[in-house]
Amino acid sequence: MTPIIKVEGLTHVYSEGTPFKKVAIEQIDLEIPEGQFLGLIGHTGSGKSTFIQHLNGLLKPTSGRVLYKGEDIARSKEATRDVRFKVGLVFQYPEHQLFEETVYRDIAFGPKNMKLSEAEIDERVREAAGFVGVPEELFQRSPLELSGGQKRRIAIAGVLAMRPDVLILDEPTAGLDPSGRESILSNVVNYHKASGATVILVTHSMEDVARLAQRLIVFHNGRVAIDAPPSQIFSRAEELRSMGLEIPKSTAIALRLRELGLPISPSVYTVEQLKNAILSLREEAKKC
Amino acid sequence: MTPIIKTQNLTFFYPETDGEPALNQIDLEIAPGSFVVILGHNGSGKSTLAKQFNAVLLPSGGKVYVFGMDTSNEDLVIQIRRTVGMVFQNPDNQIVANVVEDDVAFAPENLGVPPEEIRRRVDEALKQVGMSEFALHAPHLLSGGQKQRVAIAGVIAMQPDCIVLDEPTAMLDPSGRREVVETVKTLCREKGITVVLITHHMDEAIDADRLIVMSGGKIIADGKPAKIFSQVEALKSQGLAVPETTQLLWELNQQGMNLPLEALSVEECAQVIAACLR
Amino acid sequence: MLKDITLGQYFPGNTIVHRLDPRTKLILTVVFIAALFTAKSYISYGIMLLTVAVCIGLSRINLKSIFKGLKPLVFIIILSGLLNLLYTQGKPIVEFWIFTISWEGVRAAVFMILRIMMLITGTFLLTYTTSPIALTDGMEILMNPLKKIKVPVHELAMMMSIALRFIPTLIEETDKIMSAQKARGADFETGKLTDRAKALLPLLVPLFVSAFRRADELATAMECRCYHGDESRTRMKTLKMENIDFAALVLGIMLLAGIIVLSVFGL
Repeated sequence: MTPIIKVEGLTHVYSEGTPFKKVAIEQIDLEIPEGQFLGLIGHTGSGKSTFIQHLNGLLKPTSGRVLYKGEDIARSKEATRDVRFKVGLVFQYPEHQLFEETVYRDIAFGPKNMKLSEAEIDERVREAAGFVGVPEELFQRSPLELSGGQKRRIAIAGVLAMRPDVLILDEPTAGLDPSGRESILSNVVNYHKASGATVILVTHSMEDVARLAQRLIVFHNGRVAIDAPPSQIFSRAEELRSMGLEIPKSTAIALRLRELGLPISPSVYTVEQLKNAILSLREEAKKC
Repeated sequence: MTPIIKTQNLTFFYPETDGEPALNQIDLEIAPGSFVVILGHNGSGKSTLAKQFNAVLLPSGGKVYVFGMDTSNEDLVIQIRRTVGMVFQNPDNQIVANVVEDDVAFAPENLGVPPEEIRRRVDEALKQVGMSEFALHAPHLLSGGQKQRVAIAGVIAMQPDCIVLDEPTAMLDPSGRREVVETVKTLCREKGITVVLITHHMDEAIDADRLIVMSGGKIIADGKPAKIFSQVEALKSQGLAVPETTQLLWELNQQGMNLPLEALSVEECAQVIAACLR
Repeated sequence: MLKDITLGQYFPGNTIVHRLDPRTKLILTVVFIAALFTAKSYISYGIMLLTVAVCIGLSRINLKSIFKGLKPLVFIIILSGLLNLLYTQGKPIVEFWIFTISWEGVRAAVFMILRIMMLITGTFLLTYTTSPIALTDGMEILMNPLKKIKVPVHELAMMMSIALRFIPTLIEETDKIMSAQKARGADFETGKLTDRAKALLPLLVPLFVSAFRRADELATAMECRCYHGDESRTRMKTLKMENIDFAALVLGIMLLAGIIVLSVFGL
């Protein structure tokens, strides 16, 4: 099957030809199959933000290309514009970008730009608001007078209302407290399940991404350093630390327990897994 | 010993909201030289409380004293603010000047310190936060963690007795967070500066001398971090999480093991589990 | 894009011109402009051109960046040249349709173009060689006497330096908001003029909201750092006039005096 997104030899250089020249990403090759939940991690400045802005054509590759369903997204101006509706990108702190007079109109901004019918727009706004738990009573309120958490939900709904096949979120939980984080992430998971869309989650939180993603990609110095499922990635603790990244606490405990001589798999990365591993060790200890 | 900050029956209402107080009858004393973390979810009143500590907000009822100075006395405002410095969440919105060292000089300039003395303080402050080599850089080109360290230097150049940091790490990535937390810890341990750190990251509370948990404008727990986090059920009922280490130990205990919940760090946690399984 | 604007940009360096006290440079710029408007003859224009050339040479500013700075103003320069060319009365050389071009017109046009270009180059030299902070500091001290007539000199200088501090931040923010709205299908590049004006709304509203939030937070942060106006305020870096500054000022005043004498004698 054609991957929904394919990236070939993607390189991006900022301010080429000036003393400020900076290579942000270099020779990236990636295939993302339809429906995958992908975690993207990397230190600030590792190139991950530059990378995701290529997937919906906001940035033009210096060299290489991005294919959406097998076709180059830069083949024409129209194609680039169309792909923005198919590949929805939620920026960091999206609540700072709200501008409409009412919540309803802000969520409807994307669908309106798609030139959809009023009825279709209405359906999508309600559906998107439902995904992120924005009640209809808020529709006629000004987004600017709502709380920070609600604003962020509305901003995310604004992208979901385009019904993207690929949803990219750049640190959607930044600055939120644990309960706010949890609820935004469960919104994303629900959208993933209900729509079958591909999700790319960019985050610093290893715990979150380990728990949710099927595949993890680590960016380092503008290149893909690791590309593996979560169960394989965190046992490479030293490598991750050398890239300035953390490992989940559970993995850190497991690794320390191994050093202390207990036979625990280094591939655990959630509290649940670690708990079960420890409990089964205890069972064995009891038997003998 | 005189507490550096003392609140008496402190109550506060935001003028634009009616009804619920943002702070509800808070009595608190903070000892000089201690490292205090205030934890709570959004809207718990933790930031509002912090802003009372140096007269950015004034009590609607009750009193706040900084070394015995009443914060509602307008004549003492400058004196109070140079005693209790404050660092905010967004590093971009608290840096005044175009050059790092000029920004650090801002507070002593306002206090009328002589030029040579300002120079000395600026160099010293930048050294303490490990930003000396960036003295002549433009702040907008620094990383988030570096900007916050500049903001901290800008506060210590006032030579305050206490620094209050209002969610200084909320907008930073993990390495930036570590930079900031390490910096304030060092200031507390080596310079004896009292640190009040407001945060919603459990991990930052682990090394604190004292942890205060807020919810609904009230203090719901106050004590040593290990003691507080071991009250897992109580915290969960308030919608608060506990560190992963505590979570693990607690879940294991639910399965019939008998582990001490006070083991907060990864090392302690691994040690108690290993000891139990051997 | 937005980041490429060079107008009024500071190019760090360590030449004599860079090292001059900002106050000296400000006064010299005013003197220079006064001389420029007094100059009437070929000789005085020649002297002015020579002065500009010497200053550019001393400051080691790349001629290219000066031309780049002039570029956005080409239209105004040409327009004022044309107006002078066509509307100056005198001995006609060419006549066509309703226009007459005279010797006097050609002379006036050339002088006008030279005058504008020198005016711009002169002020560019000031901003190219003086950091914005030094510039506002210099202005604050020079305008100090105005405090007597209740002009809020310190506040104005503070506002200006904060504005300068936040320009890069706001430009970055504009780029970010623009990308976010583009990701939702906003179109800033094509369409009718009215459509494009409408497309700016999604940009301006969040930008204003954020600017106000920043201003509010910055004000609190400044108060927390004991800012209370310029009452008993000191500075870490105090400006000091050196011999070279006095020498430069004397030269500048001699230039102005010379040009005035020349114009009195009708040259």
